Amino acid sequence: MIYLSFNKIIIIIIIILCKIFYSIRRRNRQKRVENNIQHPLSPADAPPLPISESADADAAAASSTTITTMFRQASRLLARSINQQPKMMARAFSTDVPATPTVDSTFVESWKKVIPNMEPPKTPLTFMQPRPSTPSTIPSKLTVNFVLPYASELSSKEVDMVIVPATTGQMGVLPGHVPTIAELKPGVLSVHEGNDVTKYFLSSGFAFIHANSVADIIAIEAVPIDQIDQSLVQKGLAEFTQKLSTATTDLEKAEAQIGVDVHSALNSALTG
Amino acid sequence: MAMASLRREGRRFAAPLISSQPITAIRSSLIAEEQAPLGIRSISTQVVRNRMKSVKNIQKITKAMKMVAASKLRAIQTRAENSRGLWQPFTALLGDAPSVDVKKNVIVTISSDKGLCGGINSTSVKISKAMHKLTAGPEKETKYVILGEKAKAQLIRDSKKDIELSITELQKNPLNYTQVSVLADDILKNVEYDALRIIFNKFHSVVSFLPTMSTVLSPEVVEREAESGGKLGDLDSYEIEGGETKGEILQNLAEFQFSCVLFNAVLENACSEQGARMSAMDSSSRNAGEMLDRLTLTYNRTRQASITTELIEIISGASALEG
Repeated sequence: MIYLSFNKIIIIIIIILCKIFYSIRRRNRQKRVENNIQHPLSPADAPPLPISESADADAAAASSTTITTMFRQASRLLARSINQQPKMMARAFSTDVPATPTVDSTFVESWKKVIPNMEPPKTPLTFMQPRPSTPSTIPSKLTVNFVLPYASELSSKEVDMVIVPATTGQMGVLPGHVPTIAELKPGVLSVHEGNDVTKYFLSSGFAFIHANSVADIIAIEAVPIDQIDQSLVQKGLAEFTQKLSTATTDLEKAEAQIGVDVHSALNSALTG
Repeated sequence: MAMASLRREGRRFAAPLISSQPITAIRSSLIAEEQAPLGIRSISTQVVRNRMKSVKNIQKITKAMKMVAASKLRAIQTRAENSRGLWQPFTALLGDAPSVDVKKNVIVTISSDKGLCGGINSTSVKISKAMHKLTAGPEKETKYVILGEKAKAQLIRDSKKDIELSITELQKNPLNYTQVSVLADDILKNVEYDALRIIFNKFHSVVSFLPTMSTVLSPEVVEREAESGGKLGDLDSYEIEGGETKGEILQNLAEFQFSCVLFNAVLENACSEQGARMSAMDSSSRNAGEMLDRLTLTYNRTRQASITTELIEIISGASALEG
């Protein structure tokens, strides 16, 4: 059995998901774009993909970059049309340095000893919003931070419960959950607040649940379930099952296996 | 053409005809352009005019570059700000330990490929070299992984043997997570590390860029720090879901953390690069404008002086004829 590093697995999953999500996003963007501006975006004629002689993942990554670049460009153009100049001015000074920066004093001291003339570089602690400390009683609501590389879906949202797709199965998280580090597999994340349930399909990632009832969920791709196309899922599942049976090398088998897993998860997400 | 030939004639006739002032006066008005070497009293404005033309071109070019950088900045700034949430959960879980004491340090320096962006690349390189000095010691080794041409050019001069890997042309395609993830995978496969230190310029505002260093620890070091207490002490209290062993999860966590932190770092650095280029080009076009003003004054003074000289010659010549 071949060993694939975590990042490589994520990359393969993203490439598989991009093909489905890209068509969904393109549909949404085109709907919104037609409403706002007339825009000559034609994603169908993709630029010729640069095929490299290196590993499959690299070539696949290159193709995914062109696909993702196209819908990133689409989203960028859309964002630009919406975010006009006044908003840009308001954002010119970013406000993510908290009022009282915490600094690692040992580092600063050891720096000053060796290099007295230069200012030490800042560290991530300086830029972090401090997290609430562990309360003595269990709080009533769970604070959820759900982040993706290109957006923060939910940040510090107070909810009642979330159900995350951990590798060991669906895991429900309530306020006062024991601190956990959970690796996620492609599946459905459902956020329950009162009577509303929002469901997202996630690519894999990690979930951290801290003692102070703060849950951090980090995934790479997430799409609301109602935007997934059933027919594409079925087609993809058939294709990958066929690839799995005809795969020869370990790498191909692993990739096809991942494809089958992702598509069956998508399938169960749509049906379940 | 005619003027040029007259100029050339003027130079040849200059010396013998100095005495006859009216002829000189006429000729000087015809050859007012050329700087004659011997005694012809024409003051040239051609040199100044050439300089003015080139300075004006420079001003136009730098103004255009500033506009381009501004538009690129606008595009990438939203993405960088959106990606800021990505590294915070890791710091919340694992804390931040820049002063961790390990044997194998790898310094990942992020810089730009193109120049004309102010001092951000030099800052990154200075801090990388300082970190190298800080983490040096007996039985310790520090290596560099360089992203971007500019840092490579600077570091290759004195630390050539310490450079493990160097990657350029990062921004040929717009940055996205998959590309950075492949990169992170490559780095992790080829480099042995106990601690990875990522040095980049964090985008604070259009005029201020803060050099920042993020630390990613290898799973073994995380376990060691967790056992010894300190910031990572509560890591043991976390239950592990999924995977067979804690070590496997920590391994995946370290890889994931590295690719997330690298993604944010690359975006922030790209943002800082565009901002720095914008301000560099802005000050450059302002300087060009000031230089142009000074040259214009000189030009006018020179022109007026040459006219005055001609007039004096004509008038004195005329008054001499009258007697």
